[in-house]
Amino acid sequence: MALIRDIAQVCKSKNAGPFELTIDVVFADDATFERVRASGVLGPALFARLYGVAEADVLFTPYPAGRAFKATLPRLVPAGEIGDTDVYGAQQHAPLLEVDIPL
Amino acid sequence: MRETRMVSVSGILGYGYPEAALQAALARGVDMLGCDGGSSDPGPYYLGSGKPFVSLRAMKRDLRLMLRAAVAHRLPMLIGTCGGAGGEPHLQLVAQMVRDIAREEGLHFPMALIHSEQPKARVQEGLREGRVHPLGRMPPLAEETIERATRIVGLCGPEPYMRALDEGAQVVLGGRSSDPAPFAAHALRAQLPPAQAWYAGKMLECGAAPALPKGPDCLLVTVREDGVVCEPMGERACTPLSVANHSLHENASPIRHVEPGGVLDTSECRFEAVSPKATLVTGMRWHPAGTYTVKLEAAERLGHRAVSFAGTRDPGLIGQLPGFLDRVRSLVAEKARDLEIGPEAYRLTIHRYGLDGVMGAREPLRGAPGHEIGFLIDVVGEDAEIAAAVIALARTSMLHCDFPGRLCKEGNMAIPFSPSDLMAGEVYRFSMAHVMETADPCALFPIEHERV
Repeated sequence: MALIRDIAQVCKSKNAGPFELTIDVVFADDATFERVRASGVLGPALFARLYGVAEADVLFTPYPAGRAFKATLPRLVPAGEIGDTDVYGAQQHAPLLEVDIPL
Repeated sequence: MRETRMVSVSGILGYGYPEAALQAALARGVDMLGCDGGSSDPGPYYLGSGKPFVSLRAMKRDLRLMLRAAVAHRLPMLIGTCGGAGGEPHLQLVAQMVRDIAREEGLHFPMALIHSEQPKARVQEGLREGRVHPLGRMPPLAEETIERATRIVGLCGPEPYMRALDEGAQVVLGGRSSDPAPFAAHALRAQLPPAQAWYAGKMLECGAAPALPKGPDCLLVTVREDGVVCEPMGERACTPLSVANHSLHENASPIRHVEPGGVLDTSECRFEAVSPKATLVTGMRWHPAGTYTVKLEAAERLGHRAVSFAGTRDPGLIGQLPGFLDRVRSLVAEKARDLEIGPEAYRLTIHRYGLDGVMGAREPLRGAPGHEIGFLIDVVGEDAEIAAAVIALARTSMLHCDFPGRLCKEGNMAIPFSPSDLMAGEVYRFSMAHVMETADPCALFPIEHERV
């Protein structure tokens, strides 16, 4: 078992336009990327649960060329809207750090 | 084999770059000098207010070095999304700055301005003709949304930049544009294929962001018929992985990039180091769209903001925060009514740092909060006077509102400065993410030429 925070090289979030949030996890080598992929833990269902959105609203893309996984989902409120906490969407990655991967 | 070399000086005009990096690129030989001037990332205020999000001093410095280089080396110089949001005031700000620098430096060149701001009547007409469609989960565009907008811009593709250059401009200042558009325009004009031209633009729009380690630098991109070579000018490197991973940046998908006129498909890209600093990318594909569409962005005014900051160190209060904040809200509403300010005239948000200030409702940790909590009290009122009145009520209510078992009877909050309320200016929201079909990619973007 391994936490994302201990095995990822990069774990980050950012706006993908003012209405969507995109979250990336990058691994240091192909072997780790493939083992994480094979575990099946990272997928639309996980992001739907972590971020409280419908699974159909998660665009999930494994990206082997970058040893990365990307998930894009609706922001809680659009960037800069009243009540927004994170205009750039740059600090929304933390829930993913604690995800346990059975490696 | 055809090729062209482009340099992007910085991620955003005004974010800065080392002059030595630009000189290094010029020494290598470049055919075009460019910079993306904006982004929607800093939020809707800048589009709505017409103001830039970098300092004028920083923007002028970045522009001055570019203009000197462009004139000395007879290079086309293209700036996209001028002034941060690419509306008319933003474009005029940068145009005047260019004229001022030219006068100060004794530089002369033909210049073109591409206007991206969209008249409401034009968007209404598009809507009536069924040519406006929502993106993602946006609702269909309503006439009222168009009327309420403070400013509407269209994202210009490469075609108006190409036309401006064809018509003789050396310096082209664009209003709101698709970020890669100025770079794609130069490469397309050099007869390079669209997939390579757009891919190059995607790399160049963020300065040296495709290189590691991160830092201010200029990026040199060579566009060839078979691929794109990326190389930073400073002490960093474009590695196969760093370039591949740049496709993750601010995109919904790393393999499918929707642009005006088509989709850039990077799913089959191959990345190969060609030197310790440079990476060659091949295998990109371009799928032309059946219909040419222009993305629309708009900002509408919500009111005026006033904020105050306070923190508590009282465990009794921290232990019953939700109830306390409910009482504060009721108290504010009651006192506001006494001032003839109804609940519809303001919005009160209390950010709770140390609890869920960063993630709000998406914060998964709902256990015991820490020993202190900071509150950013945020009031958006219909106008500045209402915002000022309500923030004062909210601050005093936070300070003095009673709660069960209260020991800290002189005050609940530590307030770090005086005056304690700050006026934060006008507040806008992004109100459109739609596309408008157009038969002519240049029709929505008038070009104006001048001799500087």
